[in-house]
Amino acid sequence: MERAECLQMIYPELEDKLVVTIMGACAQELYNLGHRENFFYLQHAMGLASSIGLGLATHLPNERVVVLDGDGSVLMNLGTLATLARYRPKNLIHVIFDNGSLLSTGGFDSQTASGVTDLDAIARGAGVQHVAHAVTTLDFGEAFLAAIERQELSVIVAKVAALGPDHYGMDLQLGENAFRFRRWIRERTRAAGATA
Amino acid sequence: MTVSYDNSKIIFDGIKAAGIKSISALPETWLGPLLQRAEDDADVHLLQVAKEEEAIGIAAGAYFAGTPHILLMQNHGFLAAINGIVSLAQLYRVPLCMLIALRGHWGEPYPWHTRGGIVTEAVLRALEIPFEYARDPGKVAKQIREAWTFSQSSLSPVALLLTRDLMED
Ligand SMILES: Cc1ncc(C[n+]2csc(CCOP(=O)(O)OP(=O)(O)O)c2C)c(N)n1
Repeated sequence: MERAECLQMIYPELEDKLVVTIMGACAQELYNLGHRENFFYLQHAMGLASSIGLGLATHLPNERVVVLDGDGSVLMNLGTLATLARYRPKNLIHVIFDNGSLLSTGGFDSQTASGVTDLDAIARGAGVQHVAHAVTTLDFGEAFLAAIERQELSVIVAKVAALGPDHYGMDLQLGENAFRFRRWIRERTRAAGATA
Repeated sequence: MTVSYDNSKIIFDGIKAAGIKSISALPETWLGPLLQRAEDDADVHLLQVAKEEEAIGIAAGAYFAGTPHILLMQNHGFLAAINGIVSLAQLYRVPLCMLIALRGHWGEPYPWHTRGGIVTEAVLRALEIPFEYARDPGKVAKQIREAWTFSQSSLSPVALLLTRDLMED
């Protein structure tokens, strides 16, 4: 299974959710499907996508938050899984695309390559109750929809090939992404307040 | 020497008076009574992290969400959070209001704190993070408010260093 296919499959579902992606290949693949103002691309700080997701989910209980993470990034901040499990934000779906690779930096194997390290087991051991494992796009789509319906903290470990996009580049500066993401949330929160 | 409960209360009241609704933290001795108050206060959201760098991500999420948030950590936690500060907060212009317990400085009896204490100010300068020392319980509430204000106007990390004078009786 390829990550780009997974992203394409869930893209329509992401329209009304706050989405945080990791750097590089994953960010580019999402961007290539069509940027939206509710997408935040964390282009460098490895490991913190899920922490941003926790901050968003905690402070915006009426929004749904989707984090698109990678094995290398998660391995750099394993404590995040324990912190997520501790606070269990119901509105957070943490997708870990496990390609066994540090793809965006030259494709070196990560510790999950060849099944050495098992991220599902780590997430479960950290205390996350709902951990799904997907190896086909069908598994992945089902796991994602189940997570949306469940409305409980959900981690999905999606085993994907170590493949990335054929080009890189976004017409979006980093600060611009942050400012616009924040504005999108503010306007939506205001609009919700006005109708409440 | 014990942690000052009176000054911890003054600091906590200062945090609340600054309009802060949410705190991310990793406990340490000087911050204990402060965190206890945060835990007991229904109006404040407390998120305890496993490593301080997580709190940089959480603070960014809170900022995007529009919730006034501060970070509580000791200086060694600040040192452990640097890549997040640089590659998330500074790179994306996300403000951080950090209250940092300055261990390992004047009067420090414990050898293990000393290296971190000695380098903290130089690291803050190298990172171009504006900082002030909080020593006087009569001034700390104003310093917290001003740190918060400056972080928001500069879209930058800002540090208020909580010193021994303030934190111990
Ligand atoms: C602290 C730090 N060390 C190293 C790098 C270099 N780097 C850039 S992308 C990357 C790999 C990311 O791996 P993963 O999260 O699995 O995503 P993938 O690229 O495989 O999609 C690395 C190590 C970095 N950005 N930051």
